[in-house]
Amino acid sequence: MSATSADTRPGRTTDPALRGPVARPGSRLLHRMVWLRLTLLLSAPLAWMLLVYVVALAALLITSLWSVDSLTSEIDRTWTLDNFRTLLENDVYRKVTVRTLGVAVAVTLIDVAIALPIAFYMAKVASPRVRRMLVVAVLTPLWASYLVKVFSWRVVLSEGGLADWTGLGSPGYGLTAVVITQAYIWLPYVILPIFASLERVPDSLLEAAGDLGAPSGFVLRTVVFPLLVPGIVAGAIFSFSLTMGDYITVNIVGGANQMLGNLVYINAGAANNLPLAAAIAMIPIVVMLVLLTAIRRTGALDNL
Amino acid sequence: MSLSTSAPAQAAVVDRAPAISIRGLRKTYGDVVAVDHVDLDIADGEFFSMLGPSGSGKTTVLRLIAGFEQATAGSVTLGGVDVTRAAPFERDVHTVFQDYALFPHMSVLDNVGYGLRVRGMKKAERRERAQQALDTVRLGHLGARRPAQLSGGQRQRVALARAIVLQPRVLLLDEPLGALDLKLREQMQVELKQLQRELGITFVFVTHDQEEALTLSDRIAVFDAGSIQQLGTPREIYENPTSAYVAGFVGTTNLFDAATSQRLLGVAAEHAVRPERLRLSPGTDTEPARPDEVRLDAVVVETIYLGTGNRVHLRTSDGVELVALEQSTGSLDTREHRGDDVTVRFARADVVPLTSGS
Repeated sequence: MSATSADTRPGRTTDPALRGPVARPGSRLLHRMVWLRLTLLLSAPLAWMLLVYVVALAALLITSLWSVDSLTSEIDRTWTLDNFRTLLENDVYRKVTVRTLGVAVAVTLIDVAIALPIAFYMAKVASPRVRRMLVVAVLTPLWASYLVKVFSWRVVLSEGGLADWTGLGSPGYGLTAVVITQAYIWLPYVILPIFASLERVPDSLLEAAGDLGAPSGFVLRTVVFPLLVPGIVAGAIFSFSLTMGDYITVNIVGGANQMLGNLVYINAGAANNLPLAAAIAMIPIVVMLVLLTAIRRTGALDNL
Repeated sequence: MSLSTSAPAQAAVVDRAPAISIRGLRKTYGDVVAVDHVDLDIADGEFFSMLGPSGSGKTTVLRLIAGFEQATAGSVTLGGVDVTRAAPFERDVHTVFQDYALFPHMSVLDNVGYGLRVRGMKKAERRERAQQALDTVRLGHLGARRPAQLSGGQRQRVALARAIVLQPRVLLLDEPLGALDLKLREQMQVELKQLQRELGITFVFVTHDQEEALTLSDRIAVFDAGSIQQLGTPREIYENPTSAYVAGFVGTTNLFDAATSQRLLGVAAEHAVRPERLRLSPGTDTEPARPDEVRLDAVVVETIYLGTGNRVHLRTSDGVELVALEQSTGSLDTREHRGDDVTVRFARADVVPLTSGS
């Protein structure tokens, strides 16, 4: 253990290139100026948020307060509440709104009912390998085009199609077909948040409940379900709002039925009444705002 | 509840059937053998520790006793009843988990009362008993809080209260102090020991901390590679380790292989001697060794200050590495320095022959 040649020991190097601080003026400036760092970091996303969300929504609101000259089809930019008066007074709009809400509720209930056991199996029962495969299986449909999926359901539900062959019988094109198709399309968006919140429940909690004498049904009710509520709420918001805004599925498998999305589409396109389309588009937005406020009141989003 | 009521629990060790009896226990996961040939009797009211490094099978044995795992072979008997195939809720044992496993959405009081709620107890009585259990662990004033609002030591106590409120005969503790800092650990060790005496419950305590096991336990089983290496009281384990593994894992030790033993002691078998049994004197004295002691010349390789004393690493003239522990005497002069010559002496009676293992 003689230490005669000190310079060969690690940490005692004399190579000047390795010693001392490194010079990085740019980093030094950013290190000193916190506001500059924040500005550089946040300006792009903030601008994006402002443009995409706030400006677009404001434009929608403003447009809904205009009207269309019935003779020239020119947009008349004087403020008026006529569009909203039409929505309230005309029975069609109320019916379509109720129908859209009904479909959205049905889709959400079906999706949550299917997603709960799948997510539970994925998070708590399956081996890591099976879990990975299931996650991929749940995500894969998201890579396929929306239109392809809806049209394949049109084929499945058509007269003499797969649903008829299997003996289940097709409900035919109509609201039931819309609910089935939408439930299929939005299912991954419901499974994933429930799966994520279940994965965060440590296994030891379930073991502890069992250890204290609780049978499995009791454990599900008193431990698992309360911890899942944020995940279920998140998934339900996805399926509900996505169904509320959809207009393609109902066109392809919905028969003669109309939903809010269709009305917006028709008025913005064929009917050439952009202000009325904007006003109709406000309905799902208002519904979602009311719903989110109500959910927030219950505290279900606190643990999100 | 005074601490002097431990006498009945002690007496019970003698006349009742063992609280836990394990025979030929084996657990495999595919090709991996986690636990093999474990035979164990744990007496009623005993504080029993299972000590070993991670992966030694101690936690698996605990989980087999609790019923979270199914044994591949062998049997587990609790208070004379074979429970090898019974579900966790069919066994009169409760577990305190390493991560405490408190229900985050319930108040502390509801956590403690959960087992009573499962048993259908009325709300008023449930709250009263849960409150009593919380008082026992000195958390009576925090019943309304959520687990997330408690410190690590407090959560630990809630987990204890949740288990003892059900008055189990056996409490299983899976590294319960592992997540606490040193000061809190030492405090909780004292409290655990007091609690166990007061309640007279059998504690089965899993730990990788040899000092903790020595301090707390009536008996210790030292685990390695899925089986018990040695079973005995803390004193037996520390003073008379039967294998190099136990001698090395429990405390620090000086191991002599067969060749070195032959040279130093005249016996060709493995031996061990504890660092605190080595006596050092400065310089190379000429005084010959007495017949009942071993005398060696050595050089100080490193001296490490421990606060309570010094740990001195030595190398003898024929290349044997030794560690000695010197209690602090308050005088700075006695401290050996790197490169100093010292004479090492230890009594032959302090050298332990290692009979099993290698």
